[in-house]
Amino acid sequence: MTRVNTSKFSLIVLAVGVLVMAFAHWFNVDYLFFASYTILQFIVLATAWNILGGYCGYVNFGSAAFFAMGAYSSVFMHKFFEEALPVPLLIVIGGIVSGIVGLGMGYLTLRLRGSFFAIATLALSVVLATLVVNWDYVGGSRGAYIIRPETIEIAGVTINYIEYLFGLMLLLAMIALITARTVERSQLGFGFATIRDDEMAAEASGVPTLKLKLIATTMSGAFMGMAGAPFPYYIGYLQPQSAFGLEYAVNSIAMPMIGGTTSWIGPLVGAILLGSAQQYATVTISSAVNLLIVGLMLVAFVIIAPNGIVGLVQERLRAWRKP
Amino acid sequence: MAISLDLLLNAIVAGVLLGAFYAAVTAGISIAFGMLDIVNIAHPAFVILGSYLAYYININFGVDPILVSILMLPFFYLLGNAVYQVYYLSFEKRGQEALRGLAFFFGLLFVTEVSLILVFGVDYRYVEATYIGPSLRIGFVDFPLRMLVPCLAALALFAAIQLFITRTFTGRAIMAVSQDQLALQLMAADPIRIKRIAFGISIATCAVAGALLIIIQPVEPSVGREYIGRVFAICVLGGLGSMPGTLIAAMLLGIVESLTATFYGPSWAPAVAFGLLLLTLAFRPAGLLGR
Repeated sequence: MTRVNTSKFSLIVLAVGVLVMAFAHWFNVDYLFFASYTILQFIVLATAWNILGGYCGYVNFGSAAFFAMGAYSSVFMHKFFEEALPVPLLIVIGGIVSGIVGLGMGYLTLRLRGSFFAIATLALSVVLATLVVNWDYVGGSRGAYIIRPETIEIAGVTINYIEYLFGLMLLLAMIALITARTVERSQLGFGFATIRDDEMAAEASGVPTLKLKLIATTMSGAFMGMAGAPFPYYIGYLQPQSAFGLEYAVNSIAMPMIGGTTSWIGPLVGAILLGSAQQYATVTISSAVNLLIVGLMLVAFVIIAPNGIVGLVQERLRAWRKP
Repeated sequence: MAISLDLLLNAIVAGVLLGAFYAAVTAGISIAFGMLDIVNIAHPAFVILGSYLAYYININFGVDPILVSILMLPFFYLLGNAVYQVYYLSFEKRGQEALRGLAFFFGLLFVTEVSLILVFGVDYRYVEATYIGPSLRIGFVDFPLRMLVPCLAALALFAAIQLFITRTFTGRAIMAVSQDQLALQLMAADPIRIKRIAFGISIATCAVAGALLIIIQPVEPSVGREYIGRVFAICVLGGLGSMPGTLIAAMLLGIVESLTATFYGPSWAPAVAFGLLLLTLAFRPAGLLGR
């Protein structure tokens, strides 16, 4: 795996993405699009969280806030221009808004001990939720309706709108994965790793830790915002409680933790596994029970398997190679 | 906006009463986060757990909620011991408290909240006691007993903790652990045992704080989240681990929140704590009475 360079990796991801898209298009069941959209959204959130949490070792409890900022910037643009803007543009805007929030957040707290950052992110989601609840323009506590068009025409071909959103989220997930892997193997990624392992020593050896941490918070926040931007069109009715839901915060932590935080593949594995399990549990049991399962799995994994599923597999492989 | 004197005075009094209660909720965090450096973000979830136990026993057996909370102290203390033991063995011992320890407490917070939702549902619950309802009136200032009784109980709890920490041997050992763990080891004391005791006390305060919370306002499982911002804001503003600082900061937050609620509307109150936290972090990270 070490010999696969970035361009080859991008080609592989692209091929897998095209395959998934082709399969989904051929299968063409609305429920499948809805369910897999959620899983893809969690792949982006988990990967984004891992850029800061896994690579730098800074825990962000406010994923829901960044996600909601993306979603609400779409609602704002929708109200402001009184017509549906193209979703890719909204994704870019959502990314910029959440990226700026991430940068500001990091600037205020990252000069202090690491745990302050975690607490501040948690409080941030409460405060942003308060602001949105009190802001009538974007719907306030009543929420906002966004009418989703039935179909969309791209280059003369009419396609189902949910398939369009699914395709966009698939593309976003691919970009997030390629970015994460590129960062991981670049000088930036090595800088992040030095911060995670020993920030004091890194600082002493001339690593610009504050600058690197700010890059990480901005990048991580931007991807979370991008994941949130198409959300109002997906759900049709956006409420502060659903956008700022604790399930986004807990899932975007649990998925990398369960998958493994040291490489790009961990959040992917965690998101696919937990995401599909949750879709299944929501349909068959109830949504409260499935959140309980996520919480228990998170606690169990951090205690028993600190390096996640990827760590377990690597250990097994090493033992198998050297008997 | 014309600010009338009696409205202002009433808001300040309400803020002081609220502040004393906030001090009771924060006392545990001041010990865990301020002294032991354990970022227990699940603290408010344990407070809500205390609220629900007080509610359950109050409704079914008619016992006074504050009395229930005192009876619950030993159980919460043992719960705290157990949580610390798991935390120590799984994270602190391996030096992984920064990332995985935080995730562990976050998971605990989530599991507690969802379990309470599954058992009790998402309806607001409240307790019954003779002092909920009547109000004491001195001049034109109202002292609702619903707030005054928790205020006095909170101050009593706070005084007890302060006396324990400054006057007893174990209490001083807890201070010593927060200052220099290695030195304590050289004195042949076991820092892990001291920390276990301290964390037990930290969680035990949740029993009392929870009972006070459900006297002051009806409780539903996710109320705890609002308190995460508050308790950490108070703890940081008070100067980590300083008990007098915590009390002053709690009163300050109570007054500012009460004034905000009176003059701008209660829906803005949750944002106050965070604003205060951010300002503190930006301008005076050591807090008011920081070491």
